[in-house]
Amino acid sequence: MKIVVALSHVPDTATKIKISQDRKTIDQTGVSFVINPYDEFAVEEALRTKEKFGGEVIVVTYGNDNAKESIRKALAMGADKGILIKGETNVDTLTIAEALASEILPLQPDIVFCGKQSVDYDSSAVGQMLAELLGFPSISTVVKLEIDNNIIKAEREVEGGIEKCESSLPVVITTQKGLNEPRYASLKGIMAAKSKPIEEKFFEVKQNRLVVNELRLPESQRKSKILGTDATAVPELVRLLREEAKVI
Amino acid sequence: MKFEGVDYYHIDELLSDEEKLIRQTIREFVDDKVIPVIEKHYREGTFPMHLIPEMAELGIFGATLPEKYGCANLNNVAYGLMMQELERGDSGIRSFASVQSALVMYPIYTFGSDEQKDYWLPKLAKAEKIGCFGLTEPDFGSNPGGMLTRAEKVDGGFVLNGTKMWITNGTIADVAVVWAKWNGVVHGFLVEKNFKGFSAPEMKNKHSLRASVTSELVLDNVFVPDSHWLPNTQGLKSALMCLSQARYGIAWGVIGSMMVAYTTALDYAKSRVQFSKPIAAYQLTQAKLVWMLTEITKAQLLVLQLGRLKDQGKARFTHISLAKRNNCEVALDICRVAREILGANGILDEYPIMRHMNNLESVKTYEGTHEMHTLIVGEDITGFSAFE
Ligand SMILES: Cc1cc2nc3c(=O)[nH]c(=O)nc-3n(C[C@H](O)[C@H](O)[C@H](O)COP(=O)(O)OP(=O)(O)OC[C@H]3O[C@@H](n4cnc5c(N)ncnc54)[C@H](O)[C@@H]3O)c2cc1C
Repeated sequence: MKIVVALSHVPDTATKIKISQDRKTIDQTGVSFVINPYDEFAVEEALRTKEKFGGEVIVVTYGNDNAKESIRKALAMGADKGILIKGETNVDTLTIAEALASEILPLQPDIVFCGKQSVDYDSSAVGQMLAELLGFPSISTVVKLEIDNNIIKAEREVEGGIEKCESSLPVVITTQKGLNEPRYASLKGIMAAKSKPIEEKFFEVKQNRLVVNELRLPESQRKSKILGTDATAVPELVRLLREEAKVI
Repeated sequence: MKFEGVDYYHIDELLSDEEKLIRQTIREFVDDKVIPVIEKHYREGTFPMHLIPEMAELGIFGATLPEKYGCANLNNVAYGLMMQELERGDSGIRSFASVQSALVMYPIYTFGSDEQKDYWLPKLAKAEKIGCFGLTEPDFGSNPGGMLTRAEKVDGGFVLNGTKMWITNGTIADVAVVWAKWNGVVHGFLVEKNFKGFSAPEMKNKHSLRASVTSELVLDNVFVPDSHWLPNTQGLKSALMCLSQARYGIAWGVIGSMMVAYTTALDYAKSRVQFSKPIAAYQLTQAKLVWMLTEITKAQLLVLQLGRLKDQGKARFTHISLAKRNNCEVALDICRVAREILGANGILDEYPIMRHMNNLESVKTYEGTHEMHTLIVGEDITGFSAFE
């Protein structure tokens, strides 16, 4: 089975975003970048699919040289090769989908996985646009997946419930949290990834259909603070409620 | 919560992509799997046994050894970064990895026969077998050369008698690398847990390294077959070579503890208000925080160059002593200052500082005390041995 993962390289959600002087782009100094968290589910599902049916996993990214870091991580997790499509950054979603499609179509994949959205610009559109450009059906926001006899059965998250659907291959699947638990890149995997190939391509952006006029940070940024997500955060919460908010 | 590390001097620019990725993998593992359970294990005085298979899966054990034994063949800097992240979780977790890798797999790899390597190394890498290292005795700590444990040659093997003490992992180990004198010369032996006459009772009631198993090893007429004698050891020097490996990992590891203490104190100082301002706004607190960051930065550069030297085969054991000595002491001092910044809150186990501080009391002592490393470097630069 030929499996493709479309991956994006995004600022770590834990970093504090600063806006550049031009007020249209993000200041990238000191910002660490990671694989888009939703794409990690895509990589994991691709690897599981390969482990079950054999074949190869190819990771495709649109971006600049820095994005190689995320491709390497996917290779370290177990993907077989990477393709980096270099092109102008800060382009519209459709352009990105076109760039991806231009390299993915000739690969004739059976399945294309991508995260349901990219946590940088949150357009939630590339997956479906890519499916359209490839001429494949797509199932988005998938939380459960089974493949049997070239039929894909998926459960997708919809408002307030679950929708079960079926599709033939080839297909584009966009992945949602809950689908799987992404593996760590093992130390051996990381060392092996050094010798896996990353092919570089170039995509010429003909017209950028979307212009960003201004970026602004949310104003009430300092009002909310996440101390943690489990019981270990409670003592600090109580302390802050008592000492800072002075409400208890 | 995700840990972001401390890198005031852009030292990351001196690391390769693989080195950073290895650190990231271990960092995520520690955030996801170690931090959430470690206080409980520390309180209860137990080692989180359930983490061992996952650590093996990641490739942590014997990570610098060749692929043919199922290992990752990392360089020494990547290995050090891994130790730093593990110790950021807890010194007990790092100790487990140090012992398995530097004190059990390394001696088998370096002093073992091909059969011993082929049999033991893959099993130890997968943690199907757990190992420990028995050098210290009740009456011989800093001067292990005086050890009383004896090996006597008999038909088909050796008979070992003696007692070892303070042995990390002893009770949970399947195999102990035991150092004993045969005709007055120190040799290494592989003693399996089910050998008759061998027992490894756990030492309880520690105030330090509580999430780590520490044991006695009792050898009462234990028959060890010839196949379990490490043929290439050359006296006490061989045991000390193992310690050099482990000390190298410690010099990196304690930077993890420094980072936790510093970041905890920094966050706390920014939010704790006394009198009219956050305590971070007072000069005395700033002096403490700046001192911590300075020492962390120095320690980072020290081990990085040490690792590069080690990769080039240029690191001497005295270089390792200097780094182990400095970094353990600084780590302990940083924890103490961090605890001060947290005031009374600093003594609670809601914060990781006291746990790290207590752990570091052991880390400063084991693998050669602070004083021993002073004497090692002292002898190197003056030419005078001041041990006796
Ligand atoms: C938690 C823990 C785990 C351990 N794990 C292991 C293990 O897995 N395997 C193992 O073999 N050992 C292990 N050890 C033992 C450790 O290596 C020894 O404790 C250490 O070498 C010091 O020996 P000692 O405790 O007997 O102290 P001593 O040697 O009795 O030293 C006591 C004090 O005297 C000082 N001193 C000694 N000689 C001199 C001198 N000539 N000049 C100046 N000062 C001197 C020392 O620096 C120290 O401050 C462990 C120890 C601990 C605490």
